[in-house]
Amino acid sequence: MHSYHLTIVLAPLAAAIVAGLFGRQIGRAAAHWITVLAVGLSCVLSLIVFKHLYFDGGVAENYSVYTWAVSDGLRMEVGFLIDRLTALMMVVVTFVSLMVHIYTIGYMRDDPGYQRFFSFISLFTFAMLMLVMANNFLQLFFGWEAVGLVSYLLIGFWFKKETAIFANLKAFLVNRVGDFGFILGIAGVVLFTNSLDYQTVFASADNIAAQSITIFGDTAWNAMTVICICLFIGAMGKSAQAPLHVWLPDSMEGPTPISALIHAATMVTAGIFMVARMSPLFELSETALAVVLTIGAVTAFFMGLLGIVQNDIKRVVAYSTLSQLGYMTVALGVSAYSAAIFHLMTHAFFKALLFLAAGSVIIAMHHEQDIRKMGGLRKYMPITYWTSLIGTLALIGFPGSSGFFSKDALIEAVKESHWHGQGMIYWIAYLSVLLGVFVTALYSFRMFFLVFHGKERMDKKTKSHLHESPWVVTAPLILLAIPSAIIGWFTIGPILFGDYFGGSIQVLAGHDVLSGMGTRFTSSAAFIGHALTQPAVWLAVSGAITAWILYLYRPEIPGRLRDKLSPLYTLLDRKYYFDELWIKGFAGGGRRIGSLLWRKGDEFLIDGLMVNGTANSVRRLAGVMRQLQTGYLYHYAFAMIFALALFLAWLLWLS
Amino acid sequence: MIGLQHYLTISAVLFAMSVAGIFINRRNLILLLMCIELMLLAVNFNFIAFSRHLGDETGQVFVFFILTVAAAEAAIGLAILVVLFRNQRSINVQELDSMKG
Repeated sequence: MHSYHLTIVLAPLAAAIVAGLFGRQIGRAAAHWITVLAVGLSCVLSLIVFKHLYFDGGVAENYSVYTWAVSDGLRMEVGFLIDRLTALMMVVVTFVSLMVHIYTIGYMRDDPGYQRFFSFISLFTFAMLMLVMANNFLQLFFGWEAVGLVSYLLIGFWFKKETAIFANLKAFLVNRVGDFGFILGIAGVVLFTNSLDYQTVFASADNIAAQSITIFGDTAWNAMTVICICLFIGAMGKSAQAPLHVWLPDSMEGPTPISALIHAATMVTAGIFMVARMSPLFELSETALAVVLTIGAVTAFFMGLLGIVQNDIKRVVAYSTLSQLGYMTVALGVSAYSAAIFHLMTHAFFKALLFLAAGSVIIAMHHEQDIRKMGGLRKYMPITYWTSLIGTLALIGFPGSSGFFSKDALIEAVKESHWHGQGMIYWIAYLSVLLGVFVTALYSFRMFFLVFHGKERMDKKTKSHLHESPWVVTAPLILLAIPSAIIGWFTIGPILFGDYFGGSIQVLAGHDVLSGMGTRFTSSAAFIGHALTQPAVWLAVSGAITAWILYLYRPEIPGRLRDKLSPLYTLLDRKYYFDELWIKGFAGGGRRIGSLLWRKGDEFLIDGLMVNGTANSVRRLAGVMRQLQTGYLYHYAFAMIFALALFLAWLLWLS
Repeated sequence: MIGLQHYLTISAVLFAMSVAGIFINRRNLILLLMCIELMLLAVNFNFIAFSRHLGDETGQVFVFFILTVAAAEAAIGLAILVVLFRNQRSINVQELDSMKG
């Protein structure tokens, strides 16, 4: 299997290098063929690895490929840890990536940067695979930074667009904040274990939890809590959790395929994957889990609300991504790691589908993204319509769809998790995920109705050109719609309740809500039956009906509501003023402090007073002193003789 | 009877005159050189007077040395003066202020 693992990682890298460096020589068709084939190869091999581990009962492998450096006993290696968690991620990443590669052929057809784009998304696949397959923190960090870099490159892919440049810089900087916490967490791990290797670190987890560390004065903190919170700050940056979420909606300035691949399906879930991978560490710190839970809950509900007021088709989907990432984080917070990964998987399929469908609509609308100018697209784009419907139903958790199984299990897990106490945190989390369902259904169907139903609000010229997208665009939609619709039904049993993850995710017995739910779980059909007695499904349905009333049945109500609730609308429209907080508050404040230090500290004090000031006072003193140097011989002679006379007088006086 | 104090007095007067000459003279560089010679002569007077007074010839030998050095110094000084005049077309002391700060 080892050669398979290497091929999975290196094939996209090789394709990226060829398409990137020799794109001009090999031409457009060759560039997409080579990258599609390489990612296809990775996808097939990932499926083989998955089959080997799950169906053939293969054992997890953990080995080092290359030792980069050994410094003071700290081994820095490139290595792979291939267990069932990794295998699942590999399949999801390579499959979605393959779909996006194929889709890109259609979406970017006329773009001058065609080869460059393929090179970047192939490079992204390589980086993401390095991240998920890592067996040590250093390689994890490498993958983490590499996906961040490619994300930066791709958000700013249309580098002549001002907003895109702003967005990619913003994404990069906000991620830097998270990565700062992440690398501090890794440093903490190295400090306490002197090792970067997962297995070694996990083995000494109890040891870390028994120690404490003092920061900010004399307060002693549990070492595990500090490490886990630092690592989670990294996850907040990459997985766009409040308050570090601000980059994700802006990242929609990039081309749609990368919104689907990077900013919805895979890269943003890296934080979720990382926390699940670090479950042996997070399990030992309830404080850290409570932080995770609270942040996730806040993100899940409040970011969902923002989706209701957005008018850009991609931004609506982006806010729903934020909200769904919040759901996954909540699951992590209640130690239902399997539920988080399960939701990650189903979300990867249906969110990639929704983004690609949005892209298909954008192509048809000639790059018009405002949903107020769409409507009635159903009869022009039947394939996009039906696949979007499947994606939307999966997103809101319609019974039977993949999103239903993952989200409902997740909400159930939050409800069952009593070990955080029945206090405020429990209710914040539970109510957030529950009400979030209503909000999700509302904004999802709002967008769906505004785009595909109702009056046709586009101008005549656009309308005359409306047609279904080519097969390279619709084929990935269909291929993604299939798992979006059915994968939950088949996988909920093994993944959530059937010990699919085995040893790769560790949960303390007292935290294990899923095993409690597992005892009641009999079949997927029974799960649906049970869910119908729970509020979540009915909230989803009522959300969809509300959307229907507001946007199809009585389309004049939203406008009136907006006027009535204008303070609330403004708050949502300005995204809770988070952009203002970061840009004007932190970045602006930083610039003001910098400017102050520059003007007063550097220019005035150091340059002015200390450097030039010294020189100036020397010059001024010299200006006085030089008056003594007249240049006349008789003055010098006088000085000499006068001094001599004084000197003699002094000698005489002494004697 | 002319005693030691008369010699010392004339020597001191000579020295004071030459010092005054250096300060007061603002015109001619040759005068300056002459004043320096005069200073040396004043010193020579002292040497001779003390030599006689103490009955020790060493002082008189010293005078010869000083005279020799003074002659050499006068030669060098005049040579410098000639070169200076060639360059500056002037030996006016007040115009020689190239060392002014």
